[in-house]
Amino acid sequence: MTSHPPPNAVANAVANAVEMKDIVIRFPGVLANDHVNLTLKHGEIHALLGENGAGKSTLMSALAGLYKPTSGTMRIHGELVDFNSPKDAIAKGIGMVYQHFMLVPTQTVTENILLGLNEPKFFMDLPKYDQKIRDLQEQFGLNVDPTAKIWQLSVGEQQRVEILKTLYRGASVLIMDEPTAVLAPQEIDDLMETMRSMTKQDKSIIFISHKLNEVTAVANRLTVLRKGVATAEGIDVTGMTSEKLAELMVGRKVVFRVEKKEQAPGDVVLDVKEVSAINNKGVRALNKLSLKVRQGEILGIAGVAGNGQSELAEIITGLRDCDGEILINGEDVSNQEPSVAIAQGVAHIPEDRTGVGSAPNMTIAENTIMKNYRDEPIGTKWSINFTEARDHARELKNAYDILAPNVRTMARKLSGGNLQKVILAREITTNPKLMVAMQPTRGLDVGAIESIQRLLLEQREEGTAILLISEELEELLTLSDRIAVLHEGEVMGILDAKDANMKEIGLMMTGEKHKA
Amino acid sequence: MNIEIILHAGLATGTILLFAAIGEVFAERSGILNLGVEGMMLLGAMAGFSTSLATNNAWLGLLVAMLAGGILSLAHALVTINFQADQVVSGLSLTFLGTGLALVLGEGLTGQHPPTIPIVDIPLLSSIPFIGSVFFSEHSILVYVGYIFAPLTAFYINKTRPGMHLRAVGEKPSAADTLGISVYGVRYFYTFVGGLLAGLAGATISLSVSPGWYSTQTTSGQGWIAVGLVIFAQWNPMRAAFGGYLFGMLRRFILDLQGPALIFGMTNPLYVNSNYGFFLQMMPFILTIIALVWGSRAASRKRIGAPAALGVPYIRGERGL
Repeated sequence: MTSHPPPNAVANAVANAVEMKDIVIRFPGVLANDHVNLTLKHGEIHALLGENGAGKSTLMSALAGLYKPTSGTMRIHGELVDFNSPKDAIAKGIGMVYQHFMLVPTQTVTENILLGLNEPKFFMDLPKYDQKIRDLQEQFGLNVDPTAKIWQLSVGEQQRVEILKTLYRGASVLIMDEPTAVLAPQEIDDLMETMRSMTKQDKSIIFISHKLNEVTAVANRLTVLRKGVATAEGIDVTGMTSEKLAELMVGRKVVFRVEKKEQAPGDVVLDVKEVSAINNKGVRALNKLSLKVRQGEILGIAGVAGNGQSELAEIITGLRDCDGEILINGEDVSNQEPSVAIAQGVAHIPEDRTGVGSAPNMTIAENTIMKNYRDEPIGTKWSINFTEARDHARELKNAYDILAPNVRTMARKLSGGNLQKVILAREITTNPKLMVAMQPTRGLDVGAIESIQRLLLEQREEGTAILLISEELEELLTLSDRIAVLHEGEVMGILDAKDANMKEIGLMMTGEKHKA
Repeated sequence: MNIEIILHAGLATGTILLFAAIGEVFAERSGILNLGVEGMMLLGAMAGFSTSLATNNAWLGLLVAMLAGGILSLAHALVTINFQADQVVSGLSLTFLGTGLALVLGEGLTGQHPPTIPIVDIPLLSSIPFIGSVFFSEHSILVYVGYIFAPLTAFYINKTRPGMHLRAVGEKPSAADTLGISVYGVRYFYTFVGGLLAGLAGATISLSVSPGWYSTQTTSGQGWIAVGLVIFAQWNPMRAAFGGYLFGMLRRFILDLQGPALIFGMTNPLYVNSNYGFFLQMMPFILTIIALVWGSRAASRKRIGAPAALGVPYIRGERGL
């Protein structure tokens, strides 16, 4: 895929589609944008990069009329604008495609597209508008059944509805907030095709992303934000490398392959013997599964989602009952309370960060003491010493570089990467013997992924046995010493990570047993 | 006991529940759970009765009753929408507030006889055998209003632009907000509509179905049944109307069971002595619980649930927007 040049003839003839100048957006305790400039030329795809929490979404929310900038000016097609509500922005041709879709699941595609418009006036003559929307779909190649309810649609189709919503309102500037984050590879190709066809039909696009290869594939120019400041403003994409972009985003060189030291594993810490378990639907999820993890070793678990990975993590951490034996340091912990596993030194990085891994409505300090609140000096006999707890949390906040105004910040206000750091910090301070980590880097940006992976490798060097469950094969190959492939609750085979290859693992994931 | 009488009386008392439940459907569809229906109804019943007494005009009473319910509901709107307080707590306090106000202001109204809403026959339709005498004769005008009110609201919610906005705000306020619909405005409006209709339901009791002021006995917990009905009705006005009539008929049927009267030609086998009536009076509430359990189970099977944002305050810009 190559980027195509912007239609310069058109770009020079008319004013820039968007000009944001010296934008400052301040929230209580946070400077989200600090004198940021962004110019979107007519008919171009302009990438906006930055880590989670760098201020990309805030800047775009200002352009979409959700927030008012503290200071700075915005021009749309040369005209000075001051938005008081999203309605003002829509009227000026700004259309935002949100990362978390802004769709009403119980309403049809057409209803969602018509929402908030003045036409029809009262009676919703849906068939008439279904047809209008089909015509619009044809023009841009965005096919989705207008009479379908949103909850019946795939994620890719829902995104097409979001795009149609903005086009139906006559948007000339589309802001796409991490549109590829939720898509499968084929859908990403389709989306990029759509984006190119839209620029040919006079639309200008701001493309928010932190996937560097996509930016180089589809964008003309790019702007990079770091901690609210622009580190690159409107530079040309051609000649950019992923390394250079990552450095602009993170502020230091990013090593795409973290260093893994050679070391010999020690004694067996986790010994799972012929374990079977059923899942929440009452179906057998694990079938006489056996595996061992040793000190200072990372055993990666590969497999298509839903092949028993969650259940495996749950039986070890005491969250699910099972048949069979689970020995940790020689003690059987199967069918026991989670506290028994914790007492044996089991740390758990759950898949669901907000539901299981943390209490979203409690502070960082409270979340960091959830495992050691009973221990001196934080826990006294009858009460919790919150001064100590906050000191403890502050130490962790500095040590793990957790970005938050302070330790009294609610966990729900943290970005995914920072929340994961809070969880890891809590688990690591218990000096675990065994760590069960499930999808520890899912949905995080490059910088955060790197620091989480580094933390896992540090634990490995400390001699912790780590069970790493992931759907990212590349991550498994980088971090693991050995890789076990799960299929329908059975181990298809265990490979040495050094001589494993993706193709072989892929075959085993589909149910082919390892020939050894 | 006469089946015609049970049906006829059931339609009349069901109209009370119909108005209150549809009002609550409006509020809940916008995302606001208002447990203050009982309080708003009682205040409406008192305000309507006392206005009718003072002005000699039952229609004016009806209007004042609605305004009283509506104004009381604005307190709930202020506390839950602007201040994002817990809707359950605020709703419960609203019931206490409404009940208290009604009892204080209604002091001395018992035993008075103001004008009531006229009872009329519908020409032609009333002469149809059985159906005519059950549905179209000797009913208060409000009962006839109820007949057309339910389908009209169903049409409004499902087939009109403001109805679509209402549903969007209750299901996904952030989506509505990003498209320039005022989430707070919509929630305020439909909480107020819920209050108006609760007031109307109250006045339907005191000025029409069982005219008079009997302090808390006027509503005797029907506001709570209306709240339960909304879940039974799966937030659908037509089902709310049907449920209202069904409960109305059950109430009347149970009333008959309390006496030693003849049932279908035989002596009431359930009648032991008059004190047992208290147990029978509990039946509507037990039925409410059964209906709730049954209704919500059926709903989850059919993927119809409460509006997704019901009970959740909307704050723009929260993570996940």
